Amino acid sequence: MPMKLTKFAFASLTILFLIAPLIAILPLAFTSSVILTYPIPSWSLRWFEELFTADAWRRAIVNSLIIGSGTTLLATVLGTAASLGLRNRALFFRGSIRTLYLLPMVVPAVVLGVGMQVLLAGFGLTNSYAGVIIAHTVVAVPFVVVSVTGALAGIDERVELAAESLGASPLTVFRRVTLPLALPGVLSGAVLAFATSLDEVVLTLFVAGPNQRTLARQMFSSIRENISPAIAAAAFLFIAATVLIGIVVVLSRSMLAKQR
Amino acid sequence: MEHSVAEFIRFDRITKFYGPLCVVENLDLGIEKGEFVSLLGPSGSGKTTLLMMLAGFEQPTSGNILLDGTAINDVPTHKRDMGVVFQSYALFPHMSVGENVAFPLQMRGLGKADIAGRVARALDMVQLSALVDRRPSQLSGGQQQRVALSRALVFEPRVVLMDEPLGALDKQLREQMQLDIRDLHRRLGLTIVFVTHDQSEALTMSDRVAVFNKGRIEQIGTPRQVYDEPATRFVAEFIGETNLVEGVVDAVQGQEANVRLVSGDSIVSAVSGTVTPGQTVFLSIRPERVDLSEIRGDARNCLETEVTDSVYQGDHLRVQLQNAAHPLIAKLSRRSREFPPGTKVFAGFSAGDCRVIAP
Repeated sequence: MPMKLTKFAFASLTILFLIAPLIAILPLAFTSSVILTYPIPSWSLRWFEELFTADAWRRAIVNSLIIGSGTTLLATVLGTAASLGLRNRALFFRGSIRTLYLLPMVVPAVVLGVGMQVLLAGFGLTNSYAGVIIAHTVVAVPFVVVSVTGALAGIDERVELAAESLGASPLTVFRRVTLPLALPGVLSGAVLAFATSLDEVVLTLFVAGPNQRTLARQMFSSIRENISPAIAAAAFLFIAATVLIGIVVVLSRSMLAKQR
Repeated sequence: MEHSVAEFIRFDRITKFYGPLCVVENLDLGIEKGEFVSLLGPSGSGKTTLLMMLAGFEQPTSGNILLDGTAINDVPTHKRDMGVVFQSYALFPHMSVGENVAFPLQMRGLGKADIAGRVARALDMVQLSALVDRRPSQLSGGQQQRVALSRALVFEPRVVLMDEPLGALDKQLREQMQLDIRDLHRRLGLTIVFVTHDQSEALTMSDRVAVFNKGRIEQIGTPRQVYDEPATRFVAEFIGETNLVEGVVDAVQGQEANVRLVSGDSIVSAVSGTVTPGQTVFLSIRPERVDLSEIRGDARNCLETEVTDSVYQGDHLRVQLQNAAHPLIAKLSRRSREFPPGTKVFAGFSAGDCRVIAP
């Protein structure tokens, strides 16, 4: 019994440790004060209003949505294609290639950022949406690869062979069998890609111009210039969006699972 | 090469390597239209690889596969028009039973009404009409395999390939399905190539059995031929149980040979291949063909033995014997009298009930 209690206490403390920063920042989104500190004098939604009316913030939100969507699309397509290719057992250096795909997860973002800036400048893509989307895609692809590879591993290869023997061309097998079965993994990968793009600051600092300021980038600069509670409001928006996306994914997964 | 006109499938000198490993070696096999042929052998003997090459999932390293006189090496799987049934059922988990069976018909661009009619008939054939809207995961193993079977038959394929389709089912269900598949084969006139490692399954279902060992066919023939007239030691031991006794050929007359055993006894036995006097050979004697009696009977072959053990096994009595040089097993009908250990008996069998095998 004491053992059980200790475990419970330890788990609670760990969770507290993980979410303490959220607990600290979220109430400040609803402060009426002009500075980002406790105590909160009275409750207000003025910083949300600021977020949606002030030009800089509004553009940041729109930019985040544009870049996030672009990244999601590109990373999901590339990551899914990579995962499909990595299924081929006859592939030489299969393990090494897989590791290469996951490399952006561990390479320091600063290093990637410098390299990306040099490279994109060469193609004249700095200070453009395309440049930022490309940069974000590089760090988002590994998440898609991990997620889709997991989903593909759960498919019995013989199901695809059976489809082929029943008269389906390789493309039809993919469309009617492989993709529907891997869809939960593809969806999770897409959500992770979007979340990665939303959250990405370092690469954005290197490659984005003033016109591509994302929400995260805007928060980062405004915390240095003026510590306004609009940051807290933006943070609240972030978390609310993340939770929402999480719920959508869980729901769609359980619906897909029910179909089986 | 000359092949008979009725031959529908022909494996022509097929060799298959996986890297340095040779899994099928220079193999020739012909299958006739409407025939049920089992590829029987232990795992790793190349039987599944041969089936996979016929389906188009694997390519032979060398040699040709002919279907109805035309080489199909370069025809992709989806254009071969062969129904494949796997051990793991391989149903589409995201489709209902009805959608699974409709799939091959949709691939062939049939109309909706036509598809509905054919699906209904195909499911009716395997008694699963009531489950048309279920998901595969809601079915038992036996039901899933019947769905897989009707999916493989619904588009009237030219050949039906089965890769250990009953391996995942329990014994009773397996025996029922064996009879069902045999019945379907006869009713629909299907050409079936059936891979199994279960010798009783192969004997029950097939018109002909090809016994595989190490990438080669050791023997091909009717169930009766491979059981009663094993051509090699491997076949004799792999199919059913047998007594293998070593001896030296004394004389050969036509289809019979006199063989002198180590114990000194002389045995008259049928011969399938060619043996020459002086050659060391094995005799294969099926345990259920051995009769025991306490007096020397009028059987052509008679060995003087002593009972070492006797086990009652419900449908038969299993008696272990020992003579001067060889152990011997006899399976007696359960109506037979008991033979307690220590009893001196004569083990008798006719010349046709044993077979000379060159080692």
